[in-house]
Amino acid sequence: MNTLVYTFHFYLFGLIAIASALAFVTRKSAVAAALWLVNTMFCLSALFVMLDAQFIAAVQLLVYAGAIMVVFLFVVMLLNLGQLSDVTDIRGLGSKLTAGFVGLVMLAELFALSRLKFPRLMGAMTDHANVVNPVSAPLFHEYLLPFEVTSVVLLVAVIGAVVLAKRGPKSQ
Amino acid sequence: MIAEALFFSAVLFIIGVAGVLIRRNAIIIFMCVELMLNAVNLSFIALARLHGSTTGQVFVLFVMTVAAAEAAVGLAIVISIFRHHKSVDLRNINLLKG
Repeated sequence: MNTLVYTFHFYLFGLIAIASALAFVTRKSAVAAALWLVNTMFCLSALFVMLDAQFIAAVQLLVYAGAIMVVFLFVVMLLNLGQLSDVTDIRGLGSKLTAGFVGLVMLAELFALSRLKFPRLMGAMTDHANVVNPVSAPLFHEYLLPFEVTSVVLLVAVIGAVVLAKRGPKSQ
Repeated sequence: MIAEALFFSAVLFIIGVAGVLIRRNAIIIFMCVELMLNAVNLSFIALARLHGSTTGQVFVLFVMTVAAAEAAVGLAIVISIFRHHKSVDLRNINLLKG
């Protein structure tokens, strides 16, 4: 019974995520597209919880839905792209055929790969009272150097964003 | 559940690739790249669950950091392109087109 409920919700959230992603790529308005993408991210977060990654699920909501998508919406607002234009921005037939072909090739690869057998699932990796420690322990021991390097990446990104978006003295 | 999660991940990735190929709005193309990164994160989490280890989750944290950096720099580039062309339509940005 428990497994049935789990499976039902797994499929439910996965299919909602895919439906929202389809709505996202086909919406004309950038704001509607962004909100559909936020919906996809919420569903992915639910899937993360079901796959025993509760901390990552929380970070997914905070960082993606809370920060990155808000930056996207801010840029849409700043550039005043919210209203629909008469001409659609969906490309012509050639690009659609290319996209369809790439999609078919990747789906074929997916079905070829899905024939391989997965090894047996390991037991649940954490007790559910302690979800942060299993993630943070490797982060601060095994992967300490990459973790510190990401701070440099973020610093460079912040400086680069300010330099690129700043108006030069000529354009005033 | 792992096979289903990998299936959802692959389908989301394909939708992201199709979005990059069929749209012309630079901001929507950026969002499609974010969708692809999310799909990869789902695979990471599913395979971490399969192996019963948390290393995959650590890599998801790194992917999120890089995605945030990429969004900041990319949107700054979009803003400065908008200042030049008064549009974010990729039809107008064809200087490097052969």
